[in-house]
Amino acid sequence: MTAEEMRQQIEAAIREERVMLFMKGTPEQPRCGFSARVTAMLNALGVDYAAMDILPDPQIRQELSAVSNWPTIPQLFINGELVGGCDIVTEMFESGELAGALGVKQPEINGASGGDAAPAAGQPLPLHPPT
Amino acid sequence: MPTESEVKERIEQALPGSEATVTDLTGTGDHLRAEVVYAGFAKLSRIEQHRLVYDVFGDEIGGPIHALSLKTSTGSET
Repeated sequence: MTAEEMRQQIEAAIREERVMLFMKGTPEQPRCGFSARVTAMLNALGVDYAAMDILPDPQIRQELSAVSNWPTIPQLFINGELVGGCDIVTEMFESGELAGALGVKQPEINGASGGDAAPAAGQPLPLHPPT
Repeated sequence: MPTESEVKERIEQALPGSEATVTDLTGTGDHLRAEVVYAGFAKLSRIEQHRLVYDVFGDEIGGPIHALSLKTSTGSET
């Protein structure tokens, strides 16, 4: 695939998917703690989202960053707009803004009942799982 | 690989009057977190605030600086 084709594919995904996550690894098997955290938050909100793994080809990340003007991974897009990376998504999740942007109800994140609430911001996560 | 104090210095030089607190999340120097207070962030969206800080380092992000986690504020927020 040429760089141009790759860029078109990335732009199409951003345009066509209501919630589009570019990440390291897959939602089932994230390969980086920051990507894992964003998938956990989206899962906690119960929204459907599309995800693209940027790891298989370094060119994906290069083209994505050129399109989005954003240097790091993960990157979350809602309705074609870049929302941010893990830091911004975490802040928005904790404030309830993310639920608002996605049109869903904010889950109980401090409940003792467990469930699939996202990890708190301060909670250490393995940043890169052992390979 | 820039140290915590180098990262702090470069942010504060690039954004005059800002105050940056940089910590090493993993102890290995490649996952840094910077909390940046800068009056110039006012009226910018979070995305734009983070871009200003990322722009200080350009291509180093994802390279020598493997990951830079950010928290930005204007200093007047509660």
